[in-house]
Amino acid sequence: MSRSSGRSSPLTPYLQVAPLALIMLAMVGIPLITVLLLSFWQTDGITIYSEFTWDNYAQVLTSPVTLTLFLNTLKYAALTLIATMLIGFTCSYFLVFHVRNLKWQIGLFLLCTIPFWTSNVIRMVSWIPFLGREGVFNQALISAGVIDQPLDILLYSDFAVVLTYIHLFTLFMIVPIFNSMAKINPNLIEAARDAGASGWQILWTVIVPLSRTGIALGSIFVVTLVMGDFFVVRVMSGGQSASVVSAMKNQIDQLFYPEAAAMAVLLIVVVLLMVSAILRIVDIRSELAK
Amino acid sequence: MTTSKKPGLSRRGFMKASAAGAGAAVGSGILGAPMIWAQTIKDITLNQVGPSYSVIADICEKASADLGFKIVPQTADSTSLMAKVVNQPETIDIADLEFWAMQKVWRSGQLQPVEVAKIAKWGDITPVMKDGKNFDGSAQSMQGTTPVKVMYTGGPGDTAFSASPTDFATTMPTIFNADTVGIRPDLIGRPVESWGELFNPEFKGKTALVNIPQIGIMDAAMAMEALGELTYGDKGNMTKEEIDTTINRLIELKKAGQFRAFWSTFDESVNLMAGGEVVIQSMWSPAVTAVKSRGTACVYQGLKEGYRGWGLGMGLMNHLEGIKLEAAYEYLNWYLSGWQGAFIARQGYYSSVPTTAKEQLTANEWGYWYEGQAAQEDILDPYGAVMDKAGAVRDGGSFEARMGNVACWNTVMDEERYMVQRWNEFVSA
Repeated sequence: MSRSSGRSSPLTPYLQVAPLALIMLAMVGIPLITVLLLSFWQTDGITIYSEFTWDNYAQVLTSPVTLTLFLNTLKYAALTLIATMLIGFTCSYFLVFHVRNLKWQIGLFLLCTIPFWTSNVIRMVSWIPFLGREGVFNQALISAGVIDQPLDILLYSDFAVVLTYIHLFTLFMIVPIFNSMAKINPNLIEAARDAGASGWQILWTVIVPLSRTGIALGSIFVVTLVMGDFFVVRVMSGGQSASVVSAMKNQIDQLFYPEAAAMAVLLIVVVLLMVSAILRIVDIRSELAK
Repeated sequence: MTTSKKPGLSRRGFMKASAAGAGAAVGSGILGAPMIWAQTIKDITLNQVGPSYSVIADICEKASADLGFKIVPQTADSTSLMAKVVNQPETIDIADLEFWAMQKVWRSGQLQPVEVAKIAKWGDITPVMKDGKNFDGSAQSMQGTTPVKVMYTGGPGDTAFSASPTDFATTMPTIFNADTVGIRPDLIGRPVESWGELFNPEFKGKTALVNIPQIGIMDAAMAMEALGELTYGDKGNMTKEEIDTTINRLIELKKAGQFRAFWSTFDESVNLMAGGEVVIQSMWSPAVTAVKSRGTACVYQGLKEGYRGWGLGMGLMNHLEGIKLEAAYEYLNWYLSGWQGAFIARQGYYSSVPTTAKEQLTANEWGYWYEGQAAQEDILDPYGAVMDKAGAVRDGGSFEARMGNVACWNTVMDEERYMVQRWNEFVSA
């Protein structure tokens, strides 16, 4: 951290962070402040008045809908997190410890990224003809004689939403876990084995703790992506479910910006709490500096 | 289709207007100065902003060619257009606003009134749009934003609506239609006659509503009233209790699995229907056309309780003045001269001046779109694709039968904020 680079002026570090700091201030700071201000202003449904009010927060915090929305969104985030973590860990484990050849490792890793060569929207929408009532999967099950009525639960349901999230976001879990697993010194595993540890013990007491930075980073990606989404929820639940942001979108569509802003601030607070909880469990900074 | 109107005719209309300044001079003719006119106008550009079903590039191109100045189309859905009109008025010259949107934006004072005297065909605009009367002379349903409620204003600078006709209109009405539900007759296999069918357990898991709160709740209200569950004072302006009763019922239905989806975009509604996910749902007329053109049976079913009407008009932004304003009036007059009316007729909408649209439609098209008669030959959409086969009849019958039977109009309610909040609760239930 504190590697001194000879005779540099005390200003140097500030100059070095200045470009990024300015960009962050302009692109993140100012919009955030605008949202924060907006959440305290009044509207008559078309014009916004810069007069202070607690009404927006009062409404958001007292409405039972808010709790339902947050619980629903958290449910999606939790389910997606568990699934992507399991898949991400397994894939990385396979790539790092079973594929010994570096060329194969890189090749298979690139294979994981192939779905990401098309846009999010295409990948999401392509599930619809597959899962629909007259879709490929239902037709196949019917013709195989497994079911005689199409399964409605496959599309326009929570199942469809979580499935799509998993499909869209697993890579964000694979990459950081792969990265931290690849850094594990093979000698450690050898040593554990020599000391008589079973395969599960090695996995649980050596590999998992040493991959936790990757797991934590991946979790941050997945949690923030799911918490901030409205499009997947809207399309894949057929509008039958709502997330925090989809409700916000409904308010924005009706020009109730201040209420949406209050909701946005609340969401930011909740996501910040979640991320800081993750950071509290795993000190990513010290791990990365190793 | 056949008689393309000479541009000179409408240009003459402009000469009249410009010669008289703000007045309503009549009959000065086309003498002198077309060259000067052509020189000054060719640099004029008018930005027309509105929803995709109203602001159509083909129409703007045709108008630009006929009029000699440039009309730039830009599409924006009604809510973002409202925000634009209020917050960035300078980016728009002409705004195509839904009548319900006028309830929200007119009071902002960003639009100037349309002088009725400068619109040559004003007298020919159908009474449904500007007089609050049905074709048989009876009063229209005043539930929701009936066009006449927002049609007139006192004069420049007035941010209120006038209850009686004045010389100043808030917008010039352009297109309108009567909405109902779309059904899959092949999958239902029996006649559907009432809005109540939306809630029929027979279609459990196979119905959908539009996820636009104001419209979705009104479709639900039509169903509740049809089933005799609740009689509304005004479906277009519900009380809190009425909103509660309606939403509670919707939540109950949702939990029982009545709905398959709540769609937000045009293509979602098309796919739900074409993919067999739903058999009855709220729908727009062109979406029904799109399902049909995929070879799937779909009917825009007229129902006995009546239709949900909507319409829109062109508003002039406040900053228009001088020659640009005159050019805008020129364009407005062109709009009612028939070509545009015929174009939008072919996608199922009605023109506010059907008489001029008639001149531009073939007898077959007029019979099919406006008179509810069986098509003599194939019906083409605006882009030339076959839309309906010879022998087919437009759903719901003639123009007068459909527009004369509007039960309520698309609108914004006084309790809108509460309604949207409860709607969110319904969607997340």
